[in-house]
Amino acid sequence: MANLQTNFVGIKSPNPFWLASGPPTDKDYNVNRAFEAGWGGVVWKTLGEDPNIVNVNGPRYAALHSNDRKVIGFNNIELISDRPLQTNLKEIRQVKRDWPDRPIIASVMLPMNEASWAKHIPMIEDTGVDGFELNFGCPHGMSERGMGAAVGQVPEYVKQVTAWCKKYTSLPVIVKLTPNITNILHPARAAKDGGADAVSLINTINSIMRVDYDSLTMYPTTDGMGTHGGYCGEAVKPISLNMVAEIARTAETRDIPISGIGGITTWRDAVDYIALGASNVQVCTAAMVYGFKIVEGLVDGLNNFLDEKGMTTVDDLVGRAIPSVTDWKYLNLNYIEKAVIDQDLCIECGKCHIVCEDTSHQAITSSVNGVRKFVVKDEACVGCNLCVSVCPIDHCITMKPLGEGTDPRTGLLVNPEPANWTTHPNNPASKENV
Amino acid sequence: MPKSKITSKNSSTHQPVGKLPEDQIKANFTEMHEPLTTSQAEIEASRCYFCYDAPCITACPTGIDIPEFIKRIQTGNLKGSARKILEQNIMGGMCARVCPTEVLCEGACVRNTHEDKPVVIGLLQRYATEKVIEKKEPLFERATPTDKKIAVIGAGPAGLSCAHRLALFGHNVTVFDKNKKAGGLNEHGIAAYKALHDIAQKEVDYILDIGGIKIKPEVQFGVDFTLNELSDDYDAVFIAIGLSGVNPYKIEGEEVDGVIDATRYIHNLRQAELMSDLPVGDNIVVIGGGMTAIDIAVQSKKLGAPEVTIAYRRDEARMKASQHEQHYAQTNDVKLRFCSSPKRVLSKDGQVTGIEFDITRVALDGKVSKTGNTYQLEADVIFKAIGQTLPDEQLGDSTSGLKIENGRLAVNDERKTSLDNVWAGGDCVSGGEDLTVSAVQDGKLAAESIHRYLQTS
Repeated sequence: MANLQTNFVGIKSPNPFWLASGPPTDKDYNVNRAFEAGWGGVVWKTLGEDPNIVNVNGPRYAALHSNDRKVIGFNNIELISDRPLQTNLKEIRQVKRDWPDRPIIASVMLPMNEASWAKHIPMIEDTGVDGFELNFGCPHGMSERGMGAAVGQVPEYVKQVTAWCKKYTSLPVIVKLTPNITNILHPARAAKDGGADAVSLINTINSIMRVDYDSLTMYPTTDGMGTHGGYCGEAVKPISLNMVAEIARTAETRDIPISGIGGITTWRDAVDYIALGASNVQVCTAAMVYGFKIVEGLVDGLNNFLDEKGMTTVDDLVGRAIPSVTDWKYLNLNYIEKAVIDQDLCIECGKCHIVCEDTSHQAITSSVNGVRKFVVKDEACVGCNLCVSVCPIDHCITMKPLGEGTDPRTGLLVNPEPANWTTHPNNPASKENV
Repeated sequence: MPKSKITSKNSSTHQPVGKLPEDQIKANFTEMHEPLTTSQAEIEASRCYFCYDAPCITACPTGIDIPEFIKRIQTGNLKGSARKILEQNIMGGMCARVCPTEVLCEGACVRNTHEDKPVVIGLLQRYATEKVIEKKEPLFERATPTDKKIAVIGAGPAGLSCAHRLALFGHNVTVFDKNKKAGGLNEHGIAAYKALHDIAQKEVDYILDIGGIKIKPEVQFGVDFTLNELSDDYDAVFIAIGLSGVNPYKIEGEEVDGVIDATRYIHNLRQAELMSDLPVGDNIVVIGGGMTAIDIAVQSKKLGAPEVTIAYRRDEARMKASQHEQHYAQTNDVKLRFCSSPKRVLSKDGQVTGIEFDITRVALDGKVSKTGNTYQLEADVIFKAIGQTLPDEQLGDSTSGLKIENGRLAVNDERKTSLDNVWAGGDCVSGGEDLTVSAVQDGKLAAESIHRYLQTS
């Protein structure tokens, strides 16, 4: 069995699965249940100044469902902790005492003034927490008051506030980034410049779930009016993975540790994050959809995966896929793949044919000699992977490299030498053309 | 010895004695398949792959766009789903209940290939059509009425399907039927547990709501009117008289009380005010291997018959009733005996007491031969479910012009007969599959052909 213990910027946990700051970590009752279930650590629901904020008394959540009513996307308009600060601090102190081996990170959201940080950070540190996470990400409610995403969207503010926090604590400081920006590298760099020990990402995405088809108002509403919420859940994972990978592969940011967040539901999702540069992961929506028990499968699945790969620790996996992430211009344009349909696995649904016929390159037959049969026409296939994506049967359609010989589509010999856009004759900026 | 005497005639000495109280029978005649709830329907609908040129559509005799109607269920567009079904098959509600889906749409579902579990298309179709038919929600609008008149003989699935499509085109249709109630076999022939809650009549009402269709009940073709008369008085005629002729095959010694034509018994059962009034035997033997044999056997069990056996002269694989139906009979405690060819009916004092069978063997090519061995079964009731024939005597003086093929009316691809303005469809035509859904398709195709004919005549 691999060793799942992790040491994230000095914070040790029995496994890399933390509960992210949010409704599941709002109070001692929930956190105790989470630790009993086996979660490696928690980021406590975001603490703010007194008097405590208030929440709406109607719907806070809404979901995007798949065809069979599984929750694949989720949004919320809940604000930070709506309980008095002292109540939270008292509970954190006790839970930390009861679970000494499980890290508790305090998520914090304070106004843009140093005095507030000077006052609160030492007070929170005194509870025995293992570190801080700065909530620069919540896109709803708090951002209207100049906090949350309103800070995270301005790199200068990110740097400034990070520096204040670092000034008043010796504990590790993790800066949680908002995805509601155009380039994640800017706030990541700012956090680093402010002295952050790590970044965590992503927080939620600005979103409106849908309209109510009877009232033709947005859905859900509070007494007829609604506001955008923060989007999360499985559907956001690809957006977050890209941002994580960007930070992990860029020279100026690649040394800052990353805690990956966004749609982690299964152990495979955790593998995605870790292989793309995260050192641990945080989960919220999946727990809210399935309960705390899912951590068992996360731990067991990751453990078996590491064993199969011959890896002994989570660190062995961190960033393993990063060397494969590059810019489009460096992709080998001489490399050719063709789709191949395994006729033994094919159930003849014809989805590959119709999507290729209607929307791509007319490269899959619907019949051969008058008999229903789906075969790739190599002379038309551009290797786009659309058929693989829509095929309902795993491994029925695969992409096979055209190693040598002539590409029947272009009539040209396969060139074994890699060549990319930077040197392509059609590129006005390529060396040959300059 | 049988406790009650049951006869095929309306004998004055006959005292109907049911086996079970009415509420018990009602409880026995529950749904063959429970209808889907909304959740079940939406989850099941999400299993459909939305195949290209979907095999289920090809397998449906009426060519319903099945993936599209399923997608509409899944997206909460039930009205659109019902329209997609009914525009191809106006009896989509009934067909959802009686179609042998396991050999049609569901048999063709690609999900059979990798998981052996097709999308339950029949139940989804029922779900999609149920509310529309129940609430008589109009989904189709009749074209401006024309001055064309068409006579339809027979208010069964073929006749009503034809009438509805012609009415849609704006034509004026008169449907002649021998029974009091329209619906044909849906109303009189199909097992009661497949047509619960008066669905057959509700569907008839839904069809007639389109307007332009007049039903003339309780008139006998060949007695009250002739084909020649209709052909003269109407612009076109559609014959959909089914197969009401009795199969002339006789079992030696069958002219005794207790040997009954199964279709006649089912007809009475379907129209009975109280099923507990129906006479039920103790030891019932059903002769035949088709759907009617299964229907009469299972219904007899549900009415309380202690012993019911179906005897079929060929083997299991050659039984016309599908494996699914055979299984349904067996789970209702019906015994199936194969390779049993009726030799003679045994009787005492004019009342059946049993039946003797020749044991047969079936060669690979399907040829049946007798082994020389026989056996006997006790019986107080024998149901003959050996198929029916075209009642050609009804066709009267026109027979000479009407081409007959394999004992049924010959029609071309458009369901036109050999006569100039006469079309035909349903069980009475040659080359059909004897299915409700095929009859509906015949009616639809004929209506379209008649419409084209009327535009040029």
